[in-house]
Formats: sequence, structure tokens, C-alpha cells
Amino acid sequence: MVTTPRETPAGRGWGGAAAAEHRTEYPVRTEEDLLEARHAVRAATLETGFGLVDQTRVVTAASELVRNAYIHGGGGTLVIERLRRPGGRGVRLTVSDAGPGIANVDAALADGFSTGSGLGHGLGGARRLMHEFRIDCPPGGGTIVCVTRWTSG
Amino acid sequence: MPILRLGDVLVTGLLDELDDRSAMAFVDELTERITREAATGVLIDISRLEIIDSFVARTLSELTTTARLLGARVIVAGMRPPVAITLVELGLKLHGVETALNAEAGMAALGWYRTRSSREGSRGDDAS
Ligand SMILES: Nc1ncnc2c1ncn2[C@@H]1O[C@H](COP(=O)(O)OP(=O)(O)O)[C@@H](O)[C@H]1O
Ligand SMILES: [Mg+2]
Repeated sequence: MVTTPRETPAGRGWGGAAAAEHRTEYPVRTEEDLLEARHAVRAATLETGFGLVDQTRVVTAASELVRNAYIHGGGGTLVIERLRRPGGRGVRLTVSDAGPGIANVDAALADGFSTGSGLGHGLGGARRLMHEFRIDCPPGGGTIVCVTRWTSG
Repeated sequence: MPILRLGDVLVTGLLDELDDRSAMAFVDELTERITREAATGVLIDISRLEIIDSFVARTLSELTTTARLLGARVIVAGMRPPVAITLVELGLKLHGVETALNAEAGMAALGWYRTRSSREGSRGDDAS
């Protein structure tokens, strides 16, 4: 299945003051989507000017979050935003799904906690790999995880 | 990835495009080959992996444990430095998984050494 990302040149950021200069949206419904999402995140980190270690951090965090949306959330979407703020650029990832949500976010963030067969390091690990981390489970269900990493220069 | 055999050692690698299905198929095939060929060592070259997330880490751990139960020693070789840094920050230490800097060091640890003549013959062409 070929998926075409929706592009909006100046989409509105979710939960941040920085200006988004580019925004793309990807489905997270199949195993192939997980790979596609990773490649798109890698491309965004390259465009943003991240070094190799930071690229690896952001792509790894993305991989954990989209897999969570796929496995625990029954599928969802990934939004990639390239941001600019005074003194730096950044990449923001917003992964959302319409699954059951997370009953106890603090527990879910602890290393080793998994309600499935995973290692339980995805959520807490993604938080450590990124500069900003926010997780929302609205009352109606679903999970929205929003993470950002900034360039240092 | 093909699984090659060098004496008692099976040599293979992992690619970035590992999904649930191919990970399971890979573990199945490797364990089958270990038993069928009575391998005592397995070298897994991961120098092409651009990331290791917790899914790949779990695959490597399970593979190592399963192989050990079948009598084979696994060495994971060639992890890229950014991948190692990220793995530590993820909090994954790959407990029980033996590693080597590169495939050559891994093969040496499994009892394989380049002879003088083969070294001269392959100078400048790094096995990877
Ligand atoms: N998108 C999600 N929807 C529902 N539950 C989730 C989601 N993401 C994470 N979780 C819950 O948080 C737990 C911890 O997640 P994580 O740290 O990624 O570990 P793992 O995925 O290995 O179980 C999961 O086991 C699951 O219960
Ligand atoms: Mg996870």
C-alpha cells in the first residue's frame, strides 16, 4: 500500500509556541507504515540539520511511539513538524491513536512496565531521548504523545 | 539476510527493515540451522542497523538466549556508536548479549583468525 503524506507548509503546532515551518502526516496502521514513518522522521531530522547521534535519538523515539500506537492503540497517525525558534530548529512528533488510552501514565513511563510482551522501555525511553515530552489521554479514549527535540546551535 | 556457515560458526546479519514477521522468521530459521548444523557459534553483524529500538533489542536478547540453550554462543558485532549511545539512553543494556567491535573481532572471539596470507590478500577491504 502506498501512502501519500498530507503536506501543509505552515501547519499549526500542537502544544508549543515555536513556528512550524513544515508539517507532514503519516498513517500508522500497518508494519510497513512503521518503517515508512521512521524513514520520514529520519528525513526530517536531516533537513533540520541534526547530527548523527541526535538523528538516531529522534528516529529511535519515533520508532517506540509509532509501535506503541500500532500495538497498544490499534493504529493511529504520526505528525512530523519541523520547527524554528530563535536560536534553534527542532523536530516535533505527535503520535495519536484512538485506542484504550493509558490508565496509569506514571506506571507506563517506568522502565520495565509493560501490559504486553514488550520490554517496557519505549515510553520512558522516548522521554529521555527527547527534550520535550507530553502525553495526553483524553476522557473519550485514545492517546496523544507529543515529543520535541531541538538543535543545540 | 542469508545465513552462511564457516565451520562451526553461522554468520548472518540484521537489516533495518526488521518487522514482527521477519524477526520471528529469522529467529526460527537461525535456531533451525543451529540444530541442524550443530553450530557452536553465531555471529550477527549489526553494522547496517541505523537504530536499535526496544523491539530489535528484545529480538537480539531472545535470540541469544535461545541459541545458548541450543549450545551455541552468539556474538553481536559492529554496533554503530550513535546506536550504542541511544541504546543506553533508552535504558537497554542488552544483558547477556555478547558484543564485538566488528565482525572480524567477533569471529576471532569465536575462534576464527585471519591468516597472514588472507590478511595480505584482503588489505583495504574491510569485511562488513
Ligand atoms: N498508545 C498507547 N495506547 C495504550 N497504551 C499504551 C500506549 N503506549 C503505551 N501504552 C501502555 O504503556 C505501557 C508501556 O509502554 P512502553 O514503555 O512502550 O512498553 P511496551 O510497549 O514494551 O509495553 C504499555 O505496555 C501499554 O500498556
Ligand atoms: Mg513500547
